[in-house]
Amino acid sequence: MRVPTMAEKMANGESPDILFWVGCAGSFDDRAKKITKAIVKILNKCQVDFAVLGTEESCSGDPAKRAGNEFTFQMQAMMNIEVMNAYEVKKIVTACPHCFNTLKNEYPELGGNYEVIHHTQLIQDLINTGKLILEGGETFKGKKITFHDPCYLGRANDVYEAPRSLIEKLDAELVEMKRCKTKGLCCGAGGAQMFKEAEKGNKEINVERTEDALETQAEIIATGCPFCNTMMTDGVKNFEKEGDVKVMDVAELIAHAADL
Amino acid sequence: MEIILFAILLSAGAGFFAYNAWKVRYNILLGQDIDRSDKKGERIKTMVLVAFGQKKMFSRPIPALLHLALYVAFVITQIELIEIAIDGLSGHHRFFYFKLGGFYSFMISFIEILSVLAFVATLAFLIRRNLLKLPRFTMKELIGWPTKDANIILIAEVVLICCIFSMNGADEVLYSRGGSHVEFAKGHYDFAISSWMGPLLFQNFSIDALHVIERIGWWGHILMVFAFLNYLPYSKHFHILLAFPNTFYSNLEQKGKFTNMESVTNEVKLMLDPNADPYAAPANPDEAPKRFGAKDVTDLTWKNLLDAYTCTECGRCSSSCPANVTGKLLSPRKIMMDTRDRLVEVGENYRKHGKGYDDGKSLIGDYITEEELWACTSCNACVQECPVNIDPLSIIVDLRRYLVMEESKIPSELTGMLTNIENNGAPWQFAQSERLNWANED
Repeated sequence: MRVPTMAEKMANGESPDILFWVGCAGSFDDRAKKITKAIVKILNKCQVDFAVLGTEESCSGDPAKRAGNEFTFQMQAMMNIEVMNAYEVKKIVTACPHCFNTLKNEYPELGGNYEVIHHTQLIQDLINTGKLILEGGETFKGKKITFHDPCYLGRANDVYEAPRSLIEKLDAELVEMKRCKTKGLCCGAGGAQMFKEAEKGNKEINVERTEDALETQAEIIATGCPFCNTMMTDGVKNFEKEGDVKVMDVAELIAHAADL
Repeated sequence: MEIILFAILLSAGAGFFAYNAWKVRYNILLGQDIDRSDKKGERIKTMVLVAFGQKKMFSRPIPALLHLALYVAFVITQIELIEIAIDGLSGHHRFFYFKLGGFYSFMISFIEILSVLAFVATLAFLIRRNLLKLPRFTMKELIGWPTKDANIILIAEVVLICCIFSMNGADEVLYSRGGSHVEFAKGHYDFAISSWMGPLLFQNFSIDALHVIERIGWWGHILMVFAFLNYLPYSKHFHILLAFPNTFYSNLEQKGKFTNMESVTNEVKLMLDPNADPYAAPANPDEAPKRFGAKDVTDLTWKNLLDAYTCTECGRCSSSCPANVTGKLLSPRKIMMDTRDRLVEVGENYRKHGKGYDDGKSLIGDYITEEELWACTSCNACVQECPVNIDPLSIIVDLRRYLVMEESKIPSELTGMLTNIENNGAPWQFAQSERLNWANED
């Protein structure tokens, strides 16, 4: 696995095509780190000229902004923008829809103008241009897979098609939940909820959502967000179904199918 | 005599409505400024599709069709109202009948068919609300006045439609006997419904009695319209007018984009700028420092306030809200209703005691609790679902901003999360220097 940093690239006088914004979950959360590695393997395999910020990366500020602390958000944003502008970053790919949304929509007004894509969009492009071929690995042919729309990818940014097209490329059977796409139900982690206990109610949101997913009889619940992944994984455990149903990021499915 | 009475009622109805509409406008303009004057073409397109075309209603097809029947009937009936106004002021009877000939029969027939459909829809809505008790119509914010409000409107619609058919039905029988005011000859209007329903209902009545029924229908119709018009500003039903400006002024940005707080940007820039003079005088010393976020309705934008008046309390937002469906206190509909109710109160206070009057109450605390605000996942389901592009999320976020930045009221776990971000650049307690460790782990 080769993970070049922007600093190394710059030292060599190189300017990579794309910055891989790993995000806090992708850097520190054990489950999300696996997704990060799957993406790096795909990037390596396709010889994508990328780099990460590494220790120069910092929280995008999304949870601070959603929690109502605009100061902390803007401090983070401006520091990140300073770093990225110094490296003359033009294009960013990220595996976290929250970072994706913030970098894409909220950084421009603070001086950070980049083309930001979600990893499922990049992988879709790599497959469509023939750079990534899904063969030799695990076969998903005929397997039932359902896709849980991350709110900040779907409703917030209207990306519904890219992750679904990848599942179809796996030759798998994409089964939709009763609430999907624009009507998709949140996993319960957005708006800084990931970092606090839920308010009093009669049910946890991730349990409600996992019911939707289990109803489809899918063997795999695919997501495109590290927080959704955590919430759905906990939801599956709540129903003691972890033996039957796996929660996977679309990038991991692709990496497995391409034997990476 | 009738003409004078009609003229008085017409001007009183229109005048009183204009006064109430002015009050609503005054209240909405108490909000903070926000620029929505750009992209006119896209705005018109949004209005045509969402308000005029009811596009978002059709994500739930059955209520959409029922609502469409009511909506189209309402819009088309306005043509008939023009005739009623002309007749009322000039003493004519069915002014357009001779002017338009066959087209008149076609037009009134069209209105009659739509009225029947609207009648069916209204009954279905009454049943849905009162007998089937759909969950979104029985949530606790609807207990009391809101439920009554909804039923008053539906019953008024039933009465209005009954008036239309009494008027047309009785007139049809009168005309067939040569007793109609339209011309003292025998004839038939050939309207689609009343041409058979009239004789069916009124065949056995005397000409005098028919004249009374026809007048009751005519006066009933126009009185209901005046009453309805003036009920609107007091009711959730204002959406029939405000849906148009509200969709025109929609947020056209990606839903995930939260507003940037300029006031914070300036301060953060000063903090990050090594050359900044911390003792420099503020750029506009006369300008009172604005509150961060929103504590009361006057801190919200005028668009938030227009949203509040436009809400018809259908509850699609709350029925799709992940917090609400799992039993949390948050209901986006209640956020909108609270905003409107508080705005009405603030507006009354300002007009009575002078602009800026402080009654010691605020939207946060007296109407909306912190628990409601912290239950939001910012998933945008409420924004997506609203058929008239209301944005409850932006109100929730502005209220949160006030709590956090002005009062430091925030769930303790979130304080920890924010401290971590500030100290080590991640919401969890991991050192920034370890950020790339994953690359070397197996």
